[in-house]
Amino acid sequence: MEVNRRQFLKSIGLFTILGIGGWSAFELLVPGQIEAQYARKKEALRAKRWAMVIDMTKMDEEIAKKCIEACNKIHNIPDFYHPVDPKYKVDPKKARRWEIKWIWLEPFEHAFPDLEEKFMPESLKEKLFVVLCNNCDNPPCVRVCPTKATWKREDGIVMIDFHRCIGCRFCMAACPFGSRSFNWGDPRPYVNYRNPEFPTREKGVVEKCNFCAERIDQGLLPACVEASNGAIAFGDILDPNSEVRRLLREHYTIRRKPHLGTEPQVYYIIM
Amino acid sequence: MYDGGKVIIGLIVLFIICTFPFFYNMGRAAKAPEPKLDTPAIKKLPEWERVCVQPTPWMRANHMRLIDQWRNWALREANREYIGFNGKRYTISLQNTCLNCHSNYDKFCDECHSYMGIKPYCWSCHLQKPKEWAKGELKEGR
Amino acid sequence: MFEKALVGSKRYWTWVAFLLALTGIGAILYLWQLKVGLKITGMGRDVSWGFYIGNFTYLVGIAAGGVMVALPFYLHNYKAFGRIVVLGEFMAVAAVIMCLSFIIIDLGKPMRAFNVLFHPTPNSILFWDMVVLNVYLLLNIFVGWNALQAERNDVPPPTWVKVLAVFSVAWAPLIHIVTAFIYQGLPGRHYWLTAIMAPRFLASAFTSGPALLLVIALIIKRYTKFDPGEVAIQTIGKIVTYCIIINVAFFFFEVFTTIYSQIPGHMQHFKYLFFGIKGQGIMAPLMWISIIGMITASILLVIPGIRRNETTLALCCILVVISTWLDKGPGLMAGGFIPNPLHEIVEYWPTLPEALITLGVWALGFLILTVLYKIAISVHEEIEA
Repeated sequence: MEVNRRQFLKSIGLFTILGIGGWSAFELLVPGQIEAQYARKKEALRAKRWAMVIDMTKMDEEIAKKCIEACNKIHNIPDFYHPVDPKYKVDPKKARRWEIKWIWLEPFEHAFPDLEEKFMPESLKEKLFVVLCNNCDNPPCVRVCPTKATWKREDGIVMIDFHRCIGCRFCMAACPFGSRSFNWGDPRPYVNYRNPEFPTREKGVVEKCNFCAERIDQGLLPACVEASNGAIAFGDILDPNSEVRRLLREHYTIRRKPHLGTEPQVYYIIM
Repeated sequence: MYDGGKVIIGLIVLFIICTFPFFYNMGRAAKAPEPKLDTPAIKKLPEWERVCVQPTPWMRANHMRLIDQWRNWALREANREYIGFNGKRYTISLQNTCLNCHSNYDKFCDECHSYMGIKPYCWSCHLQKPKEWAKGELKEGR
Repeated sequence: MFEKALVGSKRYWTWVAFLLALTGIGAILYLWQLKVGLKITGMGRDVSWGFYIGNFTYLVGIAAGGVMVALPFYLHNYKAFGRIVVLGEFMAVAAVIMCLSFIIIDLGKPMRAFNVLFHPTPNSILFWDMVVLNVYLLLNIFVGWNALQAERNDVPPPTWVKVLAVFSVAWAPLIHIVTAFIYQGLPGRHYWLTAIMAPRFLASAFTSGPALLLVIALIIKRYTKFDPGEVAIQTIGKIVTYCIIINVAFFFFEVFTTIYSQIPGHMQHFKYLFFGIKGQGIMAPLMWISIIGMITASILLVIPGIRRNETTLALCCILVVISTWLDKGPGLMAGGFIPNPLHEIVEYWPTLPEALITLGVWALGFLILTVLYKIAISVHEEIEA
């Protein structure tokens, strides 16, 4: 059979692609399945939709700092402003750029930028508010993630899978609250509080508050809630008997930027 | 052959480059990997309890797939309990369950990985020596 | 036809060597960025996209701009564009490769880039951006290469090439619309949250793409025997003129809505860009150069005498390219992120490594452009002979 050179090269190319492609398809679509022997832990806390109510009347700066410290300690959050080893010292501008914050303090005008009034009570103007990821019910960050590395869990917590994140930072652009941080470099030299039970993160991935999902799944409350001495309530907003619902019934609460429709699930009792 | 000299020299150079690893390592057999199981946590257990979540041959072949599945179950489905082959229940966690018994990652995990020339980057995030790291006993912030 | 790129004058090889050197420097610095992380750039928690993504946004416009020469030729048989259309297609190829490069180097974990394919997420605009950019790249490679080859062999291009060419004309605006959608759907960024972002992008693409093509075509005419023809040059000049006027108009539409509505959250971004806020205004000089440049170019280009003189036309086009780059690259990024969602001002300026890596990607793009143009021009010279 006469095959000219052009046809021969074409068929070699075709068979190579089929061979490699076929094998890859096989590997991808029929991976070895592990028998699914797993379960929810009995002690795990369950809810249809987690929410948080922060009572700023019970929260003062001292308690707030304890909450922030509890979170930072549990999650190995790096502190670029105060490295223990002096050779890692960076100027404050860089520290501000590389900051990782899951929960932190902001004055009223930054936490609620559209609500600031010129003649509002001074105490409120100067008060420092605890801000964190709102774990929104209609999260724009989840909408934009190209790999589903961030997604909304069944119980409402917006999670990040650090293994899948490609570091595109689209979610950071999408978040209207500035709740997300990125690891611009390796954070480990700057981790001062060390928790051996939680991993650190690598350079190149985004991170944020996750309502302590790993603690909830083991039956514990979020670290900030535990440290807050009752100032932060955490519970199921769809359970009419929960602490959170009771507080929402009894007090008028505000949320950050509700007009954007992201349905933030952190409510603030401000006075 | 057109340009015969250059072609033959080129082929010889190619042959040398392709077979270089074999010649370089000739006569230097690397020691077979011997992952050590003599960690304090394992030694504390009675003999009959010294089993992993799955039998050893299965783990040897599938531990990477298991860890992958563990991540999806724990993170994406909030299911953090694994039922081992003998019915025992484990918390799904690389750092807290696996490394609890296998706390000597450099004499266990690294043994086979170095032999095979594999560098999994688990340890840039997961702490390979959690307790020492927490106490600040590791160098360079690691 | 690649062998055409391997023979050239001393000037050609010097230019290639220069571009290779710049690309090499960028590549070495990128290896450093891979090792150490994106902290070598000036980006931070508040301005999380910067020079890389700004340049990417501008270059998608350049890539889409090629359609302005393809559309009249393929859809309306505008024969005058016959010689320049292959230059437009090859410029689109180089521009899209630059775009993809900028995206890759901006990723925190580029080795996981394929996750976008393994876990397709149709609700994410970035997913669609990847799809449309890669399809456009393939379209332009196939159409440009085959059309050139057909011309070389003095046969009409096969029908499938013509079909793909028409398809690529429809696809080109799509790539820039999708890129605009990346920005205009984000609820927290009021500088970007406007429906006119896509039209603005298209207008600026259709002025900057042809403008850059025109400048390069005139440079090629100077140094080789390749002459796209006076009619082609003049028509492209007219396209650049109309589109820069539309671009300026769109900008003023934005300013009107913002200033007349007096909504502080929206005004802040324009105030920061053009005047600075509380002493922080590093972008102000650039933004004024941009808008004055665009207005000047619009006024000058309207004058037929200026367009007819190829030198002044080229200078105006360079002005268009620079002023649209300032508006769509650094200006777009700074405006979107500053002030941040908490209304704080944290400024951004690229670092030297970041700038050199960017320059390396531009050099890579121009290198690909040079090689492809060398092939196209050599083929044409062969045909003329």
